[in-house]
Amino acid sequence: MKKSLTRKYDFGELKKESMDIESIPKGIRGRMKYVGIDLKRGSGSYVQIDHSSIYQTVSEYLKSLGVVVMSTIEAYEKFAWARDYFWKALRVDQDPYINLTRNYWRHGYFIYVPPKVKVIQPIQACFFVTLKGIAQPVHNIVIVDEDAELNLVTGCATMSNEGLHIGVSEFYVKKRAKLTFTMIHGWAPKFEVKPRTSVIVEDGGTYVSYYVNLYPVHDLDMYPTTYLYKSAKGYMTSVLLGRKNSFMDVGSKIEFLGEGSRGEIVSRSIIRDQAKIIMRGHLVGKAEKTRGHLECRSLLLSQQASVITIPQLESHVEGSELTHEAAIGRISEEQLYYLMAKGFTEEEAVSLIVRGFIEVGLTRLPPQVRIPLKSALRIIERLARG
Amino acid sequence: MLISNVLLRVKDLWVKVGDTLILKGINLTIGENEVHVLLGPNASGKSSLLMTIMGIPKFRVIRGEIIYRGIDITRLPPHKRAKMGIALAFQNPPKVDVRLSHLVDKLRSMYPHGKLMNNDLEIDYLLNRELYQGFSGGETKKVELYITMLQYPKLALLDEPDSGIDVESLTSIANFINKFIDHGTSMLIVTHLGNILNYLNKVDIAHVMINGKIVHTSRNPLNLFKLIYESGYSGLIKLVGVRDEKELN
Repeated sequence: MKKSLTRKYDFGELKKESMDIESIPKGIRGRMKYVGIDLKRGSGSYVQIDHSSIYQTVSEYLKSLGVVVMSTIEAYEKFAWARDYFWKALRVDQDPYINLTRNYWRHGYFIYVPPKVKVIQPIQACFFVTLKGIAQPVHNIVIVDEDAELNLVTGCATMSNEGLHIGVSEFYVKKRAKLTFTMIHGWAPKFEVKPRTSVIVEDGGTYVSYYVNLYPVHDLDMYPTTYLYKSAKGYMTSVLLGRKNSFMDVGSKIEFLGEGSRGEIVSRSIIRDQAKIIMRGHLVGKAEKTRGHLECRSLLLSQQASVITIPQLESHVEGSELTHEAAIGRISEEQLYYLMAKGFTEEEAVSLIVRGFIEVGLTRLPPQVRIPLKSALRIIERLARG
Repeated sequence: MLISNVLLRVKDLWVKVGDTLILKGINLTIGENEVHVLLGPNASGKSSLLMTIMGIPKFRVIRGEIIYRGIDITRLPPHKRAKMGIALAFQNPPKVDVRLSHLVDKLRSMYPHGKLMNNDLEIDYLLNRELYQGFSGGETKKVELYITMLQYPKLALLDEPDSGIDVESLTSIANFINKFIDHGTSMLIVTHLGNILNYLNKVDIAHVMINGKIVHTSRNPLNLFKLIYESGYSGLIKLVGVRDEKELN
């Protein structure tokens, strides 16, 4: 597999060039905005184009508090302590794409928030592909130290129609810390996208993630896993729009390792044209007094669209209360007629239902990260009607 | 007697759902500011008449016409009729994946007059819920009525606003309807048990529908309802006489 991928895609050379915001072409910045990245906003940014980490910044204030935003390669070279966080949440042999990323490591973001520091105005990270047929294997590391807080907004976009993006991410949420992570994907019809994410949430910590996929993609598969220790909380939401010939196999997993941990996985998919989606969800109860809920719902908007929903619950101890609900449906005539009787055209009725269907989990997020997500959901509402 | 301009005229209306004939030659005229009630046993076609006036596509007009404010609307889609001032409160509205507050906002911008209206139905606590999901019977009736009246209609078609609710809800629903009656909204109200009649400020005309036909029309609705209450629809039929008895069974 590795061999064929290295033949198929150009893994390029590791590069680092610095650009200021203004010198990033307008076309690229415009596309970044679709996936929620506005470089003029935010308290810090990391931007990578192709194999080059081009822009890393953090506000003077956060810098003075010890917040770090840089390429993982730079962090690995610069800080001995940073090395302790490499390959601890993920194993290299876990998956061929992870292995590939270790061998062809092309940057990725490294973000560190020291104890008790609260980064409320989000830090942004963006991966962009401009060259046709390249592979972009990146390794990201985020550490939110004890009692600290971080709002991290990420987005991925491309100008090329074809390529491979592998995002290997290891997130560490330390004791009583909180990480809110949003990710908006806007890839292209011939892209293969392989995020590999693992999140360790220590005692009393909280991890909230929100993932949105906007555009068609050839093959997207991801299975982010969150490990919750004592009294930790994890909430993972994904909203997927499958269009054209997209194939997506997307799931989330939470392992309840510590007593009193709680978690929830909520997924929504809207599927039209010939798109196929596999939606997975997996809760694993390994400690007492844990509670988890899994909810997967799909809305099919065409005859050729298809979905498979695979919810899994696994309990290894007594006192781990896990539940799930899953539903697949189409918009019923009854609902359409009802809304038409209230004065909406058929098209307006469909977007109203789509909007209602995908609007989940936003209230769990701090207001600072909601803006890009809301505009992403509006894009879905518009694209879903065809 | 009320002298008013004609708002709605239904002429010799025959309607099918699938292959089944549901309405068989309905004639009905509703004037401006008039309140009509439509009585009748279960499955007599009352809801179907309302759905047809609203233009729900499932109800296929095979003969006759619907004239609203002088315009033939028989073939117009429901959203156009809604914009012209017709609104329907469904008897059993479907569960919809739309948050109530979101729908209310959209309706308010679509029908700017709706801003004038106060919400006396005490449904604020339901605003963040998805439409009719997990609502009680009374909550559903109130919300559906509220949404319908947000359109500030000239003609409100209310399908059993009084069924399956407690007395307290009935009072607040009736009070809410009364505000619109006082304001001059024309109404066609379907009621199965007639509970609501005693609470409304006025009811001008009552019709009895049986087996897809309007068999009797009265300008004394309360008396008519009393008669039905005491001797049932069969008693009414005996009393008023119906030409085609066979049709009724």
